[in-house]
Amino acid sequence: MALNHKRKVMAAAGIAALSLTTAACGSSSNNDPGAQASADTTDYSKWCDMKSELNGKTVSIYTSIVTPEDASHKASYKAFEDCTGVKVNYEGDKDFEKNLPQRAQSGNLPDVAFIPQPGLLQTMVDTGKAIPASKTVGDEVDKYFGKDWRKYGSVDGTLYAAPLGANVKSFVWYSPKTFKAKGYTVPTTWDELMTLTAKIAADDPGAKPWCAGFGSGTATGWVGTDWVEDVLLRTAGPDVYDQWVAHKVKFNDPKVADALAKVGAILKDPKYTNGGFGAPSTIATTTFQDGGQPILKNKCYMHRQASFYASNWPEGTKVAEDGDVWAFYLPSVDTSTKPVLGGGEFVATFRDAPEVKAFAAFLASPDWANAKAKATTNGGWVSANKGLDVANLVSPIDQQSAKILQDPAAVFRFDGSDQMPSAVGAGTFWSEMTNWVKGQDDKTTLDNIEKSWPAN
Amino acid sequence: MVLGLAVFAVVFVGILLFASLFKGRVGEKVQAVAFVGPTLLFISIALIYPAILTIRRAFYDGKFFDLNFGSVRSRGKFVGLENFQLLWTTPGLPDVFRNTVFWVVLVPFLATAFGLLYATLIDRARGEAVAKALIFLPMAISMVGATLIWKFVYFYNGDPGSNQTGLLNAIITKLGMDPVDFVGNAPGNTFALIAIMIWIQAGFAMTVLSAAIKAIPDEIIEAAKLDGVSGVKMFRFVTLPSIRSSVIVVLTTIAIATLKAFDIVQASSGGKLGDSVLANEFYNRSFVTQQPGLGAAIAIVIFLLVMPIIVFNVIQFRKDA
Repeated sequence: MALNHKRKVMAAAGIAALSLTTAACGSSSNNDPGAQASADTTDYSKWCDMKSELNGKTVSIYTSIVTPEDASHKASYKAFEDCTGVKVNYEGDKDFEKNLPQRAQSGNLPDVAFIPQPGLLQTMVDTGKAIPASKTVGDEVDKYFGKDWRKYGSVDGTLYAAPLGANVKSFVWYSPKTFKAKGYTVPTTWDELMTLTAKIAADDPGAKPWCAGFGSGTATGWVGTDWVEDVLLRTAGPDVYDQWVAHKVKFNDPKVADALAKVGAILKDPKYTNGGFGAPSTIATTTFQDGGQPILKNKCYMHRQASFYASNWPEGTKVAEDGDVWAFYLPSVDTSTKPVLGGGEFVATFRDAPEVKAFAAFLASPDWANAKAKATTNGGWVSANKGLDVANLVSPIDQQSAKILQDPAAVFRFDGSDQMPSAVGAGTFWSEMTNWVKGQDDKTTLDNIEKSWPAN
Repeated sequence: MVLGLAVFAVVFVGILLFASLFKGRVGEKVQAVAFVGPTLLFISIALIYPAILTIRRAFYDGKFFDLNFGSVRSRGKFVGLENFQLLWTTPGLPDVFRNTVFWVVLVPFLATAFGLLYATLIDRARGEAVAKALIFLPMAISMVGATLIWKFVYFYNGDPGSNQTGLLNAIITKLGMDPVDFVGNAPGNTFALIAIMIWIQAGFAMTVLSAAIKAIPDEIIEAAKLDGVSGVKMFRFVTLPSIRSSVIVVLTTIAIATLKAFDIVQASSGGKLGDSVLANEFYNRSFVTQQPGLGAAIAIVIFLLVMPIIVFNVIQFRKDA
């Protein structure tokens, strides 16, 4: 649910002038230099070899990725389709998360589904209809994604789904121009971040150091959950984070309370938020899309939001290290650790057939990751696939995200609310964070969430 | 479509022919069964069976899938009345009941009152048709559309000294007062949303009541006038008693619609700002947070709340008949 909403934002970017030929293995005879700006040199023979077996078969995909984002997805399958003769039927649905379990119940499952939450994957495995990943897929995941990601695509130790796309949430958006003019430097530790915050508040009475927006329709509050997750990952470490997600550490544990207090020190301080919108309580009703916009009007200086926020800047805004806006890595407590919070989708399969297996293997391969990167001409897509050539990504922020995901020092953790039981992850965690930012105290907030955790 | 209609026609004619084959006392019984039977069958399939499933579901815990055909490892668990207990122990849910009470009390009475007042005022006035069309127009807008329109009206730009682009706040600030965050703060936002529902439903009330007022026999009004009754007294002692049954129908219809209304809350904030109502929470718990047992319990509560209104309605109809 959360991801579904987050993804709608990316759709806002629009994918214009998409060159459908870039990723096609059959189109290399096209010598037009304009259309062939990124000529495809990938060797697809591995897939083409399967043609005799797979020609004429069909694979259906069901996903929450809808227009206009789906165009680059469809384009990225073209190489596979041309090589193997398999036809891929694409079906996008905004209510995917709600409808997929219903479809399982009515026996109307797709061959392949892109599942954006480990929790939903668990539900689908529980239905008994999901098919464990093939050995080829498993090998690709081991080789190109690593243990963390394998775990998120597994249920009870069995790998069911390889990761597809990914996003990085541990970013703080800021204006490099303004920072330069004021002589601020990008903070590298949490203390530096807080010092900078205090300094900005003292320097500029007409603005606030931070702005934020929790509003997101029925998913209102998810931004707050990301804040807590990001900070907890820094203050308590990845092990405690995992235990917290699994409810082995209680929601009202002092460690969580400490993280929430740290978030509150920024978000609930009227001196520090909410730049351009008013009192801190306006965070609850400000949509997260609007949240960071005051940076451009110098009403605030920093906005913690994921990599996909890039598409929310108005047209003409230069998103680059020397541009109008850019994002820095949300600092850890010290520079010795580099925890990264993020999300992504997973490819679950529901039909045991060679064409479905081949397609799942294709999606897990670097071949596809690179084809998708090239097909996404406007940016807004990243994968954690280590075989992805960063140079194939168009936008600088995507490149930076990919670098962070591929950084061996980075400790990646999946969005916690997407892994918790829905009653918490899509329920009280969202609503209580909204209440919290409107003035409810820390203890009540955490106690309420703890109380709502399902008993079994 | 055409095929569907054809099948329907064939079945219908078939039933008629079948029924006409039987004559006499036994024939009447057969005819009755032939006519009522299909209806009962469809009601059982489409209403009673799901109702039983819902009631059963309210006593189980598990995800949506588990409750019907879940695999062995994830079958729903019988929890007795726990889901009903959750109704008042879950943080936020008591507020939902409070909000629903506001809705069910305020919307039917205010919408009916506005509709009645308007119908009385414009009755036989000049430009009656235009005046009626104006207030009836909101009925033509979907609840989601209406909510989006009103969100612009309520829009609040919290930054001090900034331009208020929301209509209401623009007026308020022009008058020199501080802007108000209409939809942001509970419990005030519930009343802001209730205003939208009243705006939509007043047209319905006005139309029905206006027709009822027109149906009052002229003789009664003439007689009252001859007795020297006019104005407020005319309304109180002649108009109102004459249209009593229509008023009750309007009140109860709007009350039931209000209990089921979730579009407005859903389109406004999804109930995340302390402004949720039962119908919205039923949807939310069933599908978003995957607590179908709790969702079913809420559905049963809504059903129990609607029941007395329907019973009251039926009793009224019997009195009139």
